[in-house]
Amino acid sequence: MNILVCIKQVPDTTEIRIDPVTNTLIRAGVPSIVNPFDAYALEAAARIKDKDPKTQIIVLSMGPEQAKTALKECLGIAADKAYLVSDRVFGGSDTLATSYIISESIKKVEALEGRFDAIFCGKQAIDGDTAQVGPEIAEHLGYPQVTYALEAEVDGAALKIRKETENGAEIIEIQMPCVITYTKPSFEPRYPTIKRKMAANRVAIPTITAAGLPTINLEQVGLKGSPTKVKNTFVPQKKTGGIKIQQETNEESAKKLFQLMSDAKIL
Amino acid sequence: MEAMTKDLWVFVETNENGTAKNVGIELLTPGKEMAEKQGGTLVAVVIGNHIDAAVQAASEHGADKIIVVEGPKFQHYTTDAYVIAMTALIEKYAPTSMLIGATNNGRDLGPRLACRIKTGLTADCTALDIDEESGNVAWTRPAFGGNLMATILCPNHRPQLGTVRPGVFKKSEPGEAKAEIMKEDISVSQELIRTKVVEVLNDVGAELINLEEAEIIVSGGRGVGGPEGFVLVRSLAEVLGATVGASRAAVDSGWIPHAHQVGQTGKTVAPKVYIACGISGAIQHRAGMSGADCIVAINKDPDAPIFDVADYGIVGDLFEVLPVLTAEVKKSRM
Repeated sequence: MNILVCIKQVPDTTEIRIDPVTNTLIRAGVPSIVNPFDAYALEAAARIKDKDPKTQIIVLSMGPEQAKTALKECLGIAADKAYLVSDRVFGGSDTLATSYIISESIKKVEALEGRFDAIFCGKQAIDGDTAQVGPEIAEHLGYPQVTYALEAEVDGAALKIRKETENGAEIIEIQMPCVITYTKPSFEPRYPTIKRKMAANRVAIPTITAAGLPTINLEQVGLKGSPTKVKNTFVPQKKTGGIKIQQETNEESAKKLFQLMSDAKIL
Repeated sequence: MEAMTKDLWVFVETNENGTAKNVGIELLTPGKEMAEKQGGTLVAVVIGNHIDAAVQAASEHGADKIIVVEGPKFQHYTTDAYVIAMTALIEKYAPTSMLIGATNNGRDLGPRLACRIKTGLTADCTALDIDEESGNVAWTRPAFGGNLMATILCPNHRPQLGTVRPGVFKKSEPGEAKAEIMKEDISVSQELIRTKVVEVLNDVGAELINLEEAEIIVSGGRGVGGPEGFVLVRSLAEVLGATVGASRAAVDSGWIPHAHQVGQTGKTVAPKVYIACGISGAIQHRAGMSGADCIVAINKDPDAPIFDVADYGIVGDLFEVLPVLTAEVKKSRM
């Protein structure tokens, strides 16, 4: 098996604060992490490799130079090789442009590493939360897709995917090559090992730039290649005027709450 | 593609029993308003098998026209069959925009479709309007875990696509069903469907975990203390007819399956009432539930951040509060 895992380096959104004066995000000092859903995708690949050690896992990320830190973290966990896709002309890309650049980069990496049987992505990145890039990569490549995957099992030329649904789960069979996007499974992804981490630190990660993608149409990348435009951003209004209830006893508090909610016709 | 129309489309997703998913009917409400602002027609697109109930619902809730695509291949959602059908319809009728409910299937379909017809898609919107300057749809959505809102336009590509969160818009009162029905015969050959459902593993028992469409949610967190504590949470949910939710801490502790998780790595919900029991209210959790109309928090810690977003907060022990609250509700409903 030859598996590609697409990852994104994201700001840890739990650490993000809003500047009360300018009403903008304070990004300085916010730690960067591997997008959690991408870590689940990497874990799914690692579990396939646990059963079939001949499996090759390659990680790819599009982003600035410092995204190499995230790629190295993946090398420390389970990946065999890493590639960064980075170029100023890619800046400002929306999901359609981003998925186009990544799909072109995948073709480039395949020329070096052989064809991928499966491309794994996180369901969505926690900064943008769009859940679009995975399915759009699949469409650019013409591959079938399964989203909201929990686990994958190899079954001949197909994958059996356990997929989360609104009512529980489904087992879906999908022919390879394919694109699978992962949500959070019931298990925690493995940690990096010291040995792998030290080896990862010595790896020089190759960077793919626009010049390295001879067939790419630059009209379809960056701001000008993006159909969607951000008109404006704003900080959502905070809720005010909540009622705190703390009576003598918990029983009285519960009764008071019920009374208030009944009076307001909420219950 | 034909010359663009002013038609605004709403994709009405169907359940396997042929009824409409709530969000599709909800989206007819803003759809009507937006279509009227643009002098266009509101068209519902209903795809499935034996879907008369869904078509009827779309008609009663304000669709001017309904495009119906029916057949056994559409009974169970597959990315391939639905994208083929939707692409054919868009090429034939050229709508100016389309709203899709941000269900699991909607968020699977939306980006695949947007990429096939090479247009822009704005995901998981929580507000919709028409941009006065340009006449484009103004799609507003949260980002960065709900810390920031962004309004997105798709100025030069048609149709403009967006997925919209369930529960954000309310269904209109049903009226006379007078939509014009247009049946479209779309055949999809079997080899074009590249995925196969081998097994459906719905949650055992009748417990509902459709959090996205729930009207009331009772959620438990670390403060619940263990699977036994969830018995209290479930009891209150039962008397309220509510769905049981959970925080990441409770799920990670193995007290309840992940399908119940609300928050950044779980579900995003917008119920009328959200009752958080023993949940501190970390930003990741709030990102998933701050869209609720009314938030109730029960927590021992008076400084828990959940109280910052709560409409009603009890500072107290949930093990004593919940049984009394459950009894009060039960009494009132007898």
